[in-house]
Amino acid sequence: MSEAALVGLFVATVQFATLVYLAALGELFAERAGVLNLGVEGMMAMGAVSGFMVGLETGSPWAAFAAAIVVGALVGGLHALISVVLGADQVVSGLALTIGGVGLAAYVGRNVGGRIPETQFTDMSIAGLADIRWFGEIFFDQPPVVYLAVGLGLVSWFVLARTRLGLALRAVGESAPTTDAVGHSVMGLRVGAVMVGGAFAGGAGSFLSLYMAPGWVEGMVAGRGWIAVALVIFGAWHPGRLAFGALLFGFTLALQPRLQSFDIGLLGVQVNEISPALLGMMPFLLTVVVLVIISWRYRHRPSPAPADLGIAYRREER
Amino acid sequence: MAAIETDYAVWLRGIEKRFPGVIACDGAELKVRRGTIHALLGENGAGKTTMANVLAGVYRPDAGEVWVNGKRQTFRSPADAIAAGVGMVYQEFRLVPSLTVAENIVLGAASPLLRVVEIEEKVAELSDTYGLAADPSRPVWQLSMGERQRVEILKALWRNASVLVMDEPTAVLTPAEAAELGLTLRAMAVDGRSVIYISHKLDQVVAFCDEATVLRRGKVTATFDDLIDVDLAELAEKMVGASEVGTIKRLKSIQPGHAVLHLNGISARNDRGLPALSDINITVHANEIVGIVGVSGNGQKELAEVIAGLRKPSEGRMILGDQDVSGASPADRYRMGLAYVPEDRLGVGLAPKMSVVDNAVVRSYRSHRRGIFLAASKCIVFCKGLIERFGVRVGRLSHPIAGLSGGNLQKLLLGRELAEQPIMLVAAQPSRGLDVQGVVAIQGHLADQRNNGVGVLLISEDLDELLALADRLLVMFGGRVVGEYGPDVTPRTILGAAMAGRPPQ
Repeated sequence: MSEAALVGLFVATVQFATLVYLAALGELFAERAGVLNLGVEGMMAMGAVSGFMVGLETGSPWAAFAAAIVVGALVGGLHALISVVLGADQVVSGLALTIGGVGLAAYVGRNVGGRIPETQFTDMSIAGLADIRWFGEIFFDQPPVVYLAVGLGLVSWFVLARTRLGLALRAVGESAPTTDAVGHSVMGLRVGAVMVGGAFAGGAGSFLSLYMAPGWVEGMVAGRGWIAVALVIFGAWHPGRLAFGALLFGFTLALQPRLQSFDIGLLGVQVNEISPALLGMMPFLLTVVVLVIISWRYRHRPSPAPADLGIAYRREER
Repeated sequence: MAAIETDYAVWLRGIEKRFPGVIACDGAELKVRRGTIHALLGENGAGKTTMANVLAGVYRPDAGEVWVNGKRQTFRSPADAIAAGVGMVYQEFRLVPSLTVAENIVLGAASPLLRVVEIEEKVAELSDTYGLAADPSRPVWQLSMGERQRVEILKALWRNASVLVMDEPTAVLTPAEAAELGLTLRAMAVDGRSVIYISHKLDQVVAFCDEATVLRRGKVTATFDDLIDVDLAELAEKMVGASEVGTIKRLKSIQPGHAVLHLNGISARNDRGLPALSDINITVHANEIVGIVGVSGNGQKELAEVIAGLRKPSEGRMILGDQDVSGASPADRYRMGLAYVPEDRLGVGLAPKMSVVDNAVVRSYRSHRRGIFLAASKCIVFCKGLIERFGVRVGRLSHPIAGLSGGNLQKLLLGRELAEQPIMLVAAQPSRGLDVQGVVAIQGHLADQRNNGVGVLLISEDLDELLALADRLLVMFGGRVVGEYGPDVTPRTILGAAMAGRPPQ
């Protein structure tokens, strides 16, 4: 195996990590506010197709990215309307969003499938750092969305831990009645968080269609939305641990298509003989393991999962 | 007119509030002067909590006016009430367990950027000022109920509330904590704030409060401007209306029968993995009520759970009737004659969203079968029988049981547990939170069971109840039984000393 192949693996790892991290960070906001949104896959699909189409029209990757964010927020807003405002079951609404979003994306993009993109994100080297051997190429010669994801991670941590808004968001996910009683708007916080979640997922989807696999093909999100949902659990609802999990999941995603070219033995196993299907299971397997660890470690204290996750709130109930 | 209403910190005028099928408040009025502690009295369902929720902006009244500090207010949300200076401490605390004390206190009233160190310093300062000890950086889930209540009060003070509403504040407190609360509330009144104290514990009301309003069925039946010379019986009579007040009669003693429950060297841990019970040895006989006395949190809950089979003891054996049931499941224990009325009646005892019928048959469903299926008609007949025998008032049998009042829930639960002639009944806080009629009914059923040959283990915080019903009293402290007393021969002071962990030798 060549050095270039190895560096290429890690470059792709960072990009896949960015893809699932962005979507998962959005889902983290929704879930910390107490709303489970299983529609990430659908929101990413809508982001991917709308980003690609606006890119075709405008020729600007940033306009395309912005469009995908807006579309993602609107699709997320649909989930918020159904499950938060109208109080319908979050699981059902979320699943409907995934199925409907993937289908709608296929319909909207039926005439642009396979078209050659007018525009896409290009790599942006960071002066001075990009020349460092290996690390430069892996971390500092990436498209701007990668750096944006790092920045958003830091901002998200700061907002959650150090601002009034973040405190209110954490509180509304743990106990909506309490948050209502102190005068915060439960509905405002939850709708906002779900729409921000949708914006993140939409942006992530367009990163796929504007950089990682430029173009639009039906079904191109290919389950990465579900990986993002799993990642939120794997990261125990914390932006920092989410980043670590994103790199790990990103690695399995990056390794999958490259597996066959790795002609090496590891722990007595010939790497290129491992089935990519098995590797594809890894994020979900790891998530289950983490779930078990969480429920064991937190058996005598509140779990990191928001206590009111999935529970709709009505005020004058008696 | 304006001159009059400015005298009051709170004036709720002609409040009406209806819920489907219930009139909670029917033209009730409440006037609270500044710098006083005002008791709002009434039985369960009298409309006290509804009045408080109207004042706190949770409910919008169907009719009536809300005046706070001389200003007419129309609260559209709790936020409006907070802004007008009303702070509410709910019976079930509104705190976020995973957040710290400081985070809970500033929630909804913080500057856009949280400076954690600065906030924690300010909170510590505030808690020092009012003598409300609370470590600002500890997460709330680690705190005792008394500490949580202090956090709730600090929350209101942080918002500079001029009116503090406390809903059943001493229900979860130890006697020492309750006395401390009285001092805190007095300090607030001296400070010029007003406190509305909702309760049906009359002795505390008289000890803590300056004035009182009594509600019954959503209407005011009496107001007292001065509680110094008020007779407890008079207050009680205004609350219940009828003459069923009076101390419970002491049960006639009868000869206990053979042993029906025997605990031998039981030790167990609590939910946090800490020792909760150590070396408990208790025997309960037929025709006997054994009362467990103690300040809550000294192992009573764990004891009940161990007996019911819901908590695994780390050591010890348990014999029910003549069989060793140490390893038996809760269902097996029930079949062998153990009835269990848990402390948490709506949650552990009954399933809130299931119907009245389903809740009635979950124990005995095996008797209502037709082939391998459940026979709906048999279930309904059984449920109706229970309802009649135990005087439960219900709406439709197919409706969720959560709609029933506390007393009716408890009667149905007790009836269900007693339906198949148990030999042993464990009842944890069976009359807590019930209105007078409910308490009388439940205590009557317990006495009947005892007279009919059942062994009863009664865990209660109500000393009067235990003194009236129990044939023997066991005092629990720190997870141990520290003394055994005969109820007719033991002065309260001795029991009190034993409850505090200092049994006289």
